[in-house]
Amino acid sequence: MSAQSTNGFEHATETNGSAAAKDVLLDVRNLRKWFPITSGFFRRTVGQVKAVDDISFQVLEGETVGLVGESGCGKTTAGRCILRAYDLTAGQILYRDHDRKMVDLAPLTNNEMKPYRQQVRMIFQDPFNSLNPRMPVIDIVGDPLRINKVAAGKELEDRVASLLARVGLRPEYMRRYPHAFSGGERQRIGIARALALDPRLVVADEAVSALDVSVRAQILNLIKDLQEDFNLTYLFVSHDLSVIEYICDRVVVMYVGKIVEVAETEELFAQPLHPYTEALLSAVPNPDPRMRRQKARIVLEGDVADPANPPSGCYFHPRCRYVQERCSQETPALREISPGHLAACHYAEELTLAGVTASGELG
Amino acid sequence: MESPALIEIKNLKTHFFLDEGTVQAVNGVDFSIHQHKTLCVVGESGCGKSVTARSILQIVDQPGRIVEGEILFHRPSRSDNGSETTETIDLAALNPRGREIRAIRGQDISMIFQEPMTSLSPIHTVGNQVTEAIKLHTDMLDDEAKEHSIELLRRVGIPRPEERFDTYPFELSGGMRQRVMIAMALSCNPALLIADEPTTAVDVTTQAQILELLEELQDEFGMAIMLITHDLGVVAEMADDVVVMYLGQVAERGDVDSIFHDPKHPYTQSLLKSIPRLGVSRNRQRLDSIRGMVPDPYNRPTGCMFGPRCDHFMPGRCDAINPPAIPLGPGREVHCLLYEEE
Amino acid sequence: MAVTDAKTLPPETVSPGAVQAEVESSVSVASQWQLMWWKFRKHRMAMAGGIVTLLIYAIALFVEFLSPSSPGVIRADYTWAPPQRLHFLRQTEEGRRWDPYVNGYKVEIDPEALKRTFVIDEEQVVDIGFFVRGEPYKMWGIWETDLHLVGSTDVEIPVYFLGADRMGRDLLSSMIYGTRISMSIGLLGVFLSFFLGILLGGISGFFGGTVDNLIQRVIEFIRSIPTIPLWMGLAAALPTDWPPLRIYFGITIILSFIGWTGLARVVRGRFLSLRTEDFVMSARLDGASELTTIWRHMVPSFFSHIIASLTLSIPGMILAETSLSFLGLGLRRPVVSWGVLLQEAQNIRSVATAPWLLIPGLAVLVAVLALNFLGDGLRDAADPYNR
Repeated sequence: MSAQSTNGFEHATETNGSAAAKDVLLDVRNLRKWFPITSGFFRRTVGQVKAVDDISFQVLEGETVGLVGESGCGKTTAGRCILRAYDLTAGQILYRDHDRKMVDLAPLTNNEMKPYRQQVRMIFQDPFNSLNPRMPVIDIVGDPLRINKVAAGKELEDRVASLLARVGLRPEYMRRYPHAFSGGERQRIGIARALALDPRLVVADEAVSALDVSVRAQILNLIKDLQEDFNLTYLFVSHDLSVIEYICDRVVVMYVGKIVEVAETEELFAQPLHPYTEALLSAVPNPDPRMRRQKARIVLEGDVADPANPPSGCYFHPRCRYVQERCSQETPALREISPGHLAACHYAEELTLAGVTASGELG
Repeated sequence: MESPALIEIKNLKTHFFLDEGTVQAVNGVDFSIHQHKTLCVVGESGCGKSVTARSILQIVDQPGRIVEGEILFHRPSRSDNGSETTETIDLAALNPRGREIRAIRGQDISMIFQEPMTSLSPIHTVGNQVTEAIKLHTDMLDDEAKEHSIELLRRVGIPRPEERFDTYPFELSGGMRQRVMIAMALSCNPALLIADEPTTAVDVTTQAQILELLEELQDEFGMAIMLITHDLGVVAEMADDVVVMYLGQVAERGDVDSIFHDPKHPYTQSLLKSIPRLGVSRNRQRLDSIRGMVPDPYNRPTGCMFGPRCDHFMPGRCDAINPPAIPLGPGREVHCLLYEEE
Repeated sequence: MAVTDAKTLPPETVSPGAVQAEVESSVSVASQWQLMWWKFRKHRMAMAGGIVTLLIYAIALFVEFLSPSSPGVIRADYTWAPPQRLHFLRQTEEGRRWDPYVNGYKVEIDPEALKRTFVIDEEQVVDIGFFVRGEPYKMWGIWETDLHLVGSTDVEIPVYFLGADRMGRDLLSSMIYGTRISMSIGLLGVFLSFFLGILLGGISGFFGGTVDNLIQRVIEFIRSIPTIPLWMGLAAALPTDWPPLRIYFGITIILSFIGWTGLARVVRGRFLSLRTEDFVMSARLDGASELTTIWRHMVPSFFSHIIASLTLSIPGMILAETSLSFLGLGLRRPVVSWGVLLQEAQNIRSVATAPWLLIPGLAVLVAVLALNFLGDGLRDAADPYNR
């Protein structure tokens, strides 16, 4: 199954015209991250939580790829594996270095990872836990510079000041501690830290989920502006489909550790090919009361499957409203249905699923 | 057609007295909740929406207390001849530990919270807890109460309730726990259900389930719902009436259609423009964000609370006068000096 | 206030009063220790406990000067002499004037039991002076002096403010000397267990897996042994011919052998919870080495908690030493600790004739309470960041 999906994927990038113009910056192949379930005195492994189970996708230079799914779908784990915050169970993480060669980050030791840690950075979800409360801002933002011997002393201070100014904070406040800042400001500090080393790829893990509505727009705009200024590539992990739609060029939808659909944002939202994506889109509340009765909300039955004990066949089949007998027996492969649009559903071609149309929406 | 008011909140002020100073969490709030209707209170963190809800039930955490205002509850009761009468009680004047308010909690007004795990007892089975809630306010016998609980659990969409009756909360998913909470809240057929961010901690597909369930139950039981949320999408899907709050005060209130299609207060206007919308933000124009941030509760601006972040700020007026309620129609008013008639 | 939208930088949008801004910014740049101090200061009981603790340690530092005589002086002719009350004012013809004194003793013989007892004799007067010359001693082993804070002006006549024991030794002096031993054995024992606890707890939390499993089981094993018999066994193993000082260290080591387990658990717990904190992961993603991460991020985060639990474990040490010595398994004369002194009050007869022998128990009580209050306050202040 994995070979099949990889083939489909390579085929996709060859035929996709717009993608061919850009280089692949990150190529994740058959990534697996299983967490063992241990029990007893000798910590015997009694099972595996397949948090991420054989996923493959690519991120092109300069684009923003969204990784979307509900809690427990493995999107955060996948992001952390790419950062090598976790060791992988299996798979490759091919990353294009400055010299244009692809390097596999998966087998690298901590020491060998060090140069790549400067190029691949992370923005965290929680602006409270991700900044050490015992350090002033200058140390929080300046530490990556100091550790990697990029700058020190006065130069470091200047760089921190300009970074803070760039994310919309006053440089004079660099001696303050995190407790002096609000959630939105802390998130800006976190972004400044991520940018400190001139990264190329930034993994943003639910970067705006913990923020207030009015501050969220500020941060989203900032993230977009910085992409242009610093020529960044984003892997944007989020559960919020409206944020994903706003910020991403392409979207990867995950369900219980597997990818169910990959497509360009516009296409995915207008014409989903996987029933799960359809249900997900339908579940997002529409902030327009006049639209309330116009669409039939698809309410999924039951809960997300347990990744330690997933159902047979297609993991989504117990909740799928188009379920056929085949779905509970055969695991569907992720395959290309139309150019650049991949889905893991046996009936992707036959089903006509509802997306979100721009018609009738608030102008 | 306006249905009669169930709750009328008049000039409610709930303050917290801390060592660092007084936090005016709720500072002069007026609105009413109508029978069988859904009222959404929307606002960002620190706007006082939860404290308002807790004030209704007199369950404000120490060191907070209601310092001013009235919460009139028009309690519907059926007299012996079957005609409906109402008796009016000022909830704000009741002793938070007294018998009267305890009789109202759970019986006439019940509440569900954001994180059901913290409001359910981890050491009792869910069936036990639902049964307990029923027995507390009715004189049902054990068997009867158990039967009723199972019926309720089935009604809130818990599959195989006879089996789930004996499970513990930790064995259930977040969505299921929230359903148990709802079952407990509805056990005595309350006139008002207060839901404080009931779907914030759950996934979007579960959120859809819970919202759908609340709508169905409202049709069936006919209770009024006060839904507290920060998500404008949820408001648009659920509300009949909306109250927009900012920093302890009402910015604007009205029916849901006017709030979304004819917002008056600059805060509501910018808030609506700052959220990404499915299908609309696809053409990727920049979001209009509100500048600055919600001020520190100890350091509130003078005059209009939204003044420092407002695009229509009028120096000398907005920083001097706390805008009064300016009526715009039945049940519709805005607190903004822009609409003041000279 | 620090934020404006990225595109439209500064203009001072919100300007709170200048004074308020001043106050606010001192909080903004406050380090964790400052925040902790501010939080601790609000805790009245803890502040009181802290002051009492400081006082007790000050006493421990200046025992030779503070005690009227030395605890080793035996005066067989003053067996079980009762406490003498200190009078500051003396009644004369001109009225009352400042002239401290105590009343002397007279001996009464019980005609039936033929038992000698001392009673206070109102007729006799012993002059008391402050900063008097008394027994010579070497302050901290450095300079020789014979200055005492308080005592009888006549070196030949002893005074017993808190009474005497079976051998006519001054209880007050013994207690003051005991303060040094009792309080320092707590401190020393805690530092030893601190070292063991940090080391083993750190290893356990850091490496996890089998090592963690092993250390945790060892801790459980040690904790499951009833403490008193274990101490007794270990104390009995100390050679009887050891000099008092070596016994003292031996006892400390025995106490910390058990004390470290609690601390190791605290350290391990902190380690485990900190490892999953986002800011620790963020440091690792910055390229920081494990040691840097531990030293710069993790240690400062749990150091304050460690100090708090250290303070809370000193009372345990003091009580342990007291009970060991009380049972006669710990320290022995000529070394005096509160436990050694309480040993005198072991039988009903001595308590009945000389109830003042229980006073060292009061010292234990005060010290333990003060340290507990202090530790409670420290624990509450240890994390000034909880939201």
